[in-house]
Amino acid sequence: MTEQVLLKNVNNPDALTLTGYEKAGGYQGLKIMFRDFSPDEVIAYVKDSNLRGRGGAGFPTGLKWSFVPKDSGKLHYLCCNADEGEPGTFKDRVLMEKDPHQMIEGMIIAAYAIGAKTSYVYIRGEYGLSISRVEQAIAEAYAQGYLGRNIMGTDFSHDMYVHKGAGAYICGEETALLESIEGKRGQPKLKPPFPAVAGLYECPTVVNNVETFACLPHIFSRGVDWFTAIGPMDAPGPKLFGLSGQLKRPGVYELPMDITLGELVEDYGGGPLTGKFKAVIPGGVSAPMIPRSGFDVKMDFSSLAAVDSMLGSAGVIALDDSASIPVVARRITEFFSHESCGKCAPCREGLTWAAKILRRIEAGDGLPGDPDQLEVLCGGIFGTTFCALGDGAAWALRATLKHFRPEYDALISKNNNRG
Amino acid sequence: MTAERTISTIRDDLTIAISEVRTRYPNARSAIMPALYLAQDKYGTLDGTVYQAIAEILDVPEIYVFEVASFYTLYHREAVGRFHLQMCTNVSCMLLGAYDLLGHLEGRLGIKAGATTDDGRFSIRAVECIGACDRAPVMMVNEDYHNDLTRARVDALLDGLEEIDTILDDLEETISEGMS
Ligand SMILES: Cc1cc2nc3c(=O)[nH]c(=O)nc-3n(C[C@H](O)[C@H](O)[C@H](O)COP(=O)(O)O)c2cc1C
Ligand code: FES
Repeated sequence: MTEQVLLKNVNNPDALTLTGYEKAGGYQGLKIMFRDFSPDEVIAYVKDSNLRGRGGAGFPTGLKWSFVPKDSGKLHYLCCNADEGEPGTFKDRVLMEKDPHQMIEGMIIAAYAIGAKTSYVYIRGEYGLSISRVEQAIAEAYAQGYLGRNIMGTDFSHDMYVHKGAGAYICGEETALLESIEGKRGQPKLKPPFPAVAGLYECPTVVNNVETFACLPHIFSRGVDWFTAIGPMDAPGPKLFGLSGQLKRPGVYELPMDITLGELVEDYGGGPLTGKFKAVIPGGVSAPMIPRSGFDVKMDFSSLAAVDSMLGSAGVIALDDSASIPVVARRITEFFSHESCGKCAPCREGLTWAAKILRRIEAGDGLPGDPDQLEVLCGGIFGTTFCALGDGAAWALRATLKHFRPEYDALISKNNNRG
Repeated sequence: MTAERTISTIRDDLTIAISEVRTRYPNARSAIMPALYLAQDKYGTLDGTVYQAIAEILDVPEIYVFEVASFYTLYHREAVGRFHLQMCTNVSCMLLGAYDLLGHLEGRLGIKAGATTDDGRFSIRAVECIGACDRAPVMMVNEDYHNDLTRARVDALLDGLEEIDTILDDLEETISEGMS
């Protein structure tokens, strides 16, 4: 079995306390970092590790940090993206509920690297248990001197707070998340400027995902060579996959990213609930679905991109023979239409329209031209929206048409025969 | 409970707590979200008086407070039932029967999703993914998750809630008798 690194403590309730976490090897990475590394060396080391962000885009973490200016004269901020709203995703909740100190330790490492005096953990409002566990762990970290003034006797000081979200998927998008912490509606901002230059309160800011932070302590406690030896060269390190939908053994699995989609859903997920698998959505509902013929794809950023999909949040949703693709597409499109912040027209109007067409098809009132109309709408949304919400929606819908057009046509011709 | 809510009573109730959360941020506007949560925890729902009071306490324009309260779905501007049943209908839950369970809830309580029973006991809402997809279908009742639902488990859950409801009613009665 693959060594469990990120999930090491899921069955160790003692790790919820700081002493229990330390007993299991926690805060070693932080100590090594303070002892042996300057902030610039931390950034260089994380670059060497080739750690890529676990929040969706797979952006190289060290590189992102290196964009923070050294001489801005402003305060720097760090934010942890724990909004986890991408449907099919629940890995960050497990990390926060079971091992909050791991994430906090990673955040302190990142804060030191970019010289951030303050950080916010933006946790979605529904995650009550995550919020209380993280708050409790932060309080303990202060008491132990891992947070606050002159951490572990160094001249580095850092404050950490939880900011509770309030039910808006779009706040997972990093610029919307920062707007939300500023006390505004969660609407994305045009990039550039990127948050690393002008983020929270117009100050240089780094936003990373919970799981990205959770990787950091291990990189320092066990070394870059250990980390890069796990999984593929361009996507090393342990990775969490959240399996759900129509498979026998749903749950969070930690595996290297060179596992194939087929192995993941068959060997780990236990196979389909009924019949055979029809398709899998590999990375939350924004990620285009992959039909069974494509199950030999490896679950890393570039391999999935090569088949016009993405790793996204690694929320793997399995669909077996009994699933209707147009119904799934309708549900996904309704979600995005619902969660569109309304700021830009292609997303706001285009998704509303697409959802209407999909509802009509599902109700048996589809018109022969509807699938083509949906294609046109996807084309009009893709690449024209402010943030990636619209892109994800259009991309996900287009994949259902590309791989399962006959299902749409069958629903529609049933209607026309009837008429 | 909410009848005599005025700006000055809200200020009395919440100024200390809001001033505490205010210290976590470099500016006052950032404290609007936590302030709204503090008010909601205390009063159940949010309204114009609450916005005004928060605006006064934080010294920000009232429109800032309203903007936030109206954008985010976890702020309740209308009363929800004592038990707020939030059934996830996103893909993973849908594939495992969430719509059937939603229909079952609606049938049993005699209301549609989005509504509250006349006695104010139950509200039903269809919600998006709540991040427990491995235990689908999932429903939240107020703040608590209920996983791996079936019709039978939904029934048992509702039976339990109805019992709790009676106990809460009795308690409220005892308390109000004690006070009079
Ligand atoms: C619509 C939308 C929703 C997003 N939701 C999340 C989310 O819930 N959690 C997350 O970590 N990143 C989310 N992201 C990605 C973030 O914008 C950002 O790239 C990420 O937090 C960066 O962290 P990383 O570099 O560690 O991956 C979302 C992006 C978009 C466009
Ligand atoms: S889809 Fe229902 S909890 Fe995620």
